[in-house]
Amino acid sequence: MVALMTVQPPLIRTAAPHSHHPVNLDAPKIVVRDVSVFYGAKQALDSVSIDVPGKAVTAFIGPSGCGKSTFLRCINRMNDTIPGCRVEGAVEIDGEDVNARSVDPVILRAKVGMVFQKPNPFPKSIFENVAYGPRIHGLASGKSELEGIVEASLKKAGLWAEVSDRLNAPGTSLSGGQQQRLVIARAIAVSPEVILMDEPCSALDPIATARIEELIDELRQQYCIVIVTHSMAQAARVSQRTAFFHMGRLIEAGSTEEIFTNPRESRTQDYITGRIG
Amino acid sequence: MTVLIALALLVVFSGGAYLLGRRRAVALAGGRSASLHSLPGYHGTWVALWAGVPAALIIIIFAVFGARIEDAALRAEVPAAVAQLSDERQEVFWSDAGAMARGEAQSEITYEGELKTAFDAKAAEGRRIGVIGLVSVLALSGVLALCGVLLAFPRLSRDFRARNRVEGWTGILLIACSTLAVLTTLGIVMSLAWESFRFFQSVPPLDFLLGTSWDPQIAMRSDQVAAVGAFGAVPLFAGTFLIMLIAMAVAAPIGLYSAIYLSEYAGPATRSIVKPLLEILAGVPTVVYGFFAALTVGPTFRAFFNWIGGFLVGGPMDRLGQYLETVQNQMALTAGVVMGIMLIPFVSSLSDDILNAVPQSLRDGSYAMGATKSETVKKVILPAALPGVAGALMLAVSRAIGETMIVTMAAGLQAKLTANPLDTVTTVTVQIVTLLTGDQEFDSPKTLAAFGLGLTLFVVTLVLNIAALAIVRKYREQYD
Repeated sequence: MVALMTVQPPLIRTAAPHSHHPVNLDAPKIVVRDVSVFYGAKQALDSVSIDVPGKAVTAFIGPSGCGKSTFLRCINRMNDTIPGCRVEGAVEIDGEDVNARSVDPVILRAKVGMVFQKPNPFPKSIFENVAYGPRIHGLASGKSELEGIVEASLKKAGLWAEVSDRLNAPGTSLSGGQQQRLVIARAIAVSPEVILMDEPCSALDPIATARIEELIDELRQQYCIVIVTHSMAQAARVSQRTAFFHMGRLIEAGSTEEIFTNPRESRTQDYITGRIG
Repeated sequence: MTVLIALALLVVFSGGAYLLGRRRAVALAGGRSASLHSLPGYHGTWVALWAGVPAALIIIIFAVFGARIEDAALRAEVPAAVAQLSDERQEVFWSDAGAMARGEAQSEITYEGELKTAFDAKAAEGRRIGVIGLVSVLALSGVLALCGVLLAFPRLSRDFRARNRVEGWTGILLIACSTLAVLTTLGIVMSLAWESFRFFQSVPPLDFLLGTSWDPQIAMRSDQVAAVGAFGAVPLFAGTFLIMLIAMAVAAPIGLYSAIYLSEYAGPATRSIVKPLLEILAGVPTVVYGFFAALTVGPTFRAFFNWIGGFLVGGPMDRLGQYLETVQNQMALTAGVVMGIMLIPFVSSLSDDILNAVPQSLRDGSYAMGATKSETVKKVILPAALPGVAGALMLAVSRAIGETMIVTMAAGLQAKLTANPLDTVTTVTVQIVTLLTGDQEFDSPKTLAAFGLGLTLFVVTLVLNIAALAIVRKYREQYD
């Protein structure tokens, strides 16, 4: 036990996938303390603190505008790209503060992948979409290695069987659900440790949604997944842990079963039963 | 003047018709406008349209064609004294008589004897025709306006679909406007084609399109019977493309890069200052760029190349040095560079709008993959914006080809077939200007050559635009 608790070397230094360090599986992957976010003078998040475990799916639920997406974007510093946005507090991944000066947000984002609400494949071929990350981070030393990464990523995202014969077709020629799996494959291709998903199924039909949910369930064996969702049913189906946000505050976090069957807070109860939100 | 007053009266009359129709509708509604099919305003508008539009059409047609009809009526019967005159003298007589009838005649018109009698008679007849024409048109339009109201007004009822009728009128108005635009363009192209046809009757098309010597001035010297002007357009098109290439070499990278800076890198504060500044720059008249080119850039380039030449003379590159020392103020490079500077705000402003139209989700996707800004621009945003950027560049090319003033002032007027940017060249548009300015007859090959050049330039630009559109469409299909 003591051996597992040794201090880890800093992780967010290079985009290359690192060999597995002695990570304490019980320790949370992401530790968040007192995070507040401001857009100009408007406060979007008010001192949120939460622990997110590794190798599990954590769902953020809450009504629109409650700050759950804003919070998600703190984890990979995507809020940096919004002019006038200010983040306070600490977000640590494997014990390292992502807002530290020594952390390069570009490398951080290779370690923390993100999938958006609307599928956003690049205006490139299917192959080039998946190869994008490995190319810019120099992860493949040759063409065959790159092809290997692309194939493996597409397989993991459950898309290989559907596109293996048309890798040069434009990514935008796929259906919405396929596009979203392509985007997940793109994120997986740089071997991230955390995958953030911002309402990944809200633009999809029920069948495509079921397919993505299946995929999320498979991916949690290897990645720490954080998903923002409007659908409580989806949170109940795919997540092991759930956090409820309301009006910029984290109201309650716990195991999904507990939140849905026996919430401690009355507001959580009200939201789950449909009385607010 | 009378026409304007008539139109103004008609507008007032229509306004009255509107109020009348509206009041009638309000009365029909009995205080509850919801019981009408259409709001009272639509009833009023419909009556006003019937009152105003047919009458206005008559007045406008009279204003456009009236003078010609009156002239034809005046000439219907030719007095014997006039018939004896030569054709040219007859023409002068008729135009004098017309001018006298309209009260625009100069005092020195003097005819004698029988001609004097005929002239006075015709002038009086012209005055009579003018009055009859005006009165009949005014009466006709008045009757039409009145009939419009009288026919339209009784049809108003609660169930009358005035709203749909007004919609129909709106459609007609819009179709009329677009038809006018299309017909005007068509007319310009037709006249261009016709005059070019006349030009190609005196100069063989192949000599024009493939000839390498341009010297239209000789054709004017009618005393030299054997001298035929040289109408080879190749040097002009070569000059046009040389200057266009130089201009685009300046404008495309600088314009595009400043657009990328504005849309991807600049903060909102910088953007709000720089963007309007660039747009002001786009409003500078080209003649200002022209004297900037002729007075500042040209002499500077000349001094620079002469200075370089001074170093090379006597060395291993002696001949190049001697050439550089003879470089003059007027050269393709000056015109091209200044034209490029003129096009920078044009390219950057258009490209900036196009880059901004690339969905934010693509940027987010790229940043979330750990791409830097420049990687995102290079690999995601520019490929996505390529059709639009290509379109912006093609528009800039069209402007560069059509630009005249800068070239006139900075590149010289000599038609030379050369690819040397330090030489003087001339362009198609500049030659059109020099061919048509000053006192010219419009039937010599020299002036008609302008139409030939215009038509060829039109075709070249059209082909360029079609090619660009095709390229853009190809990329659209792939990526949107």
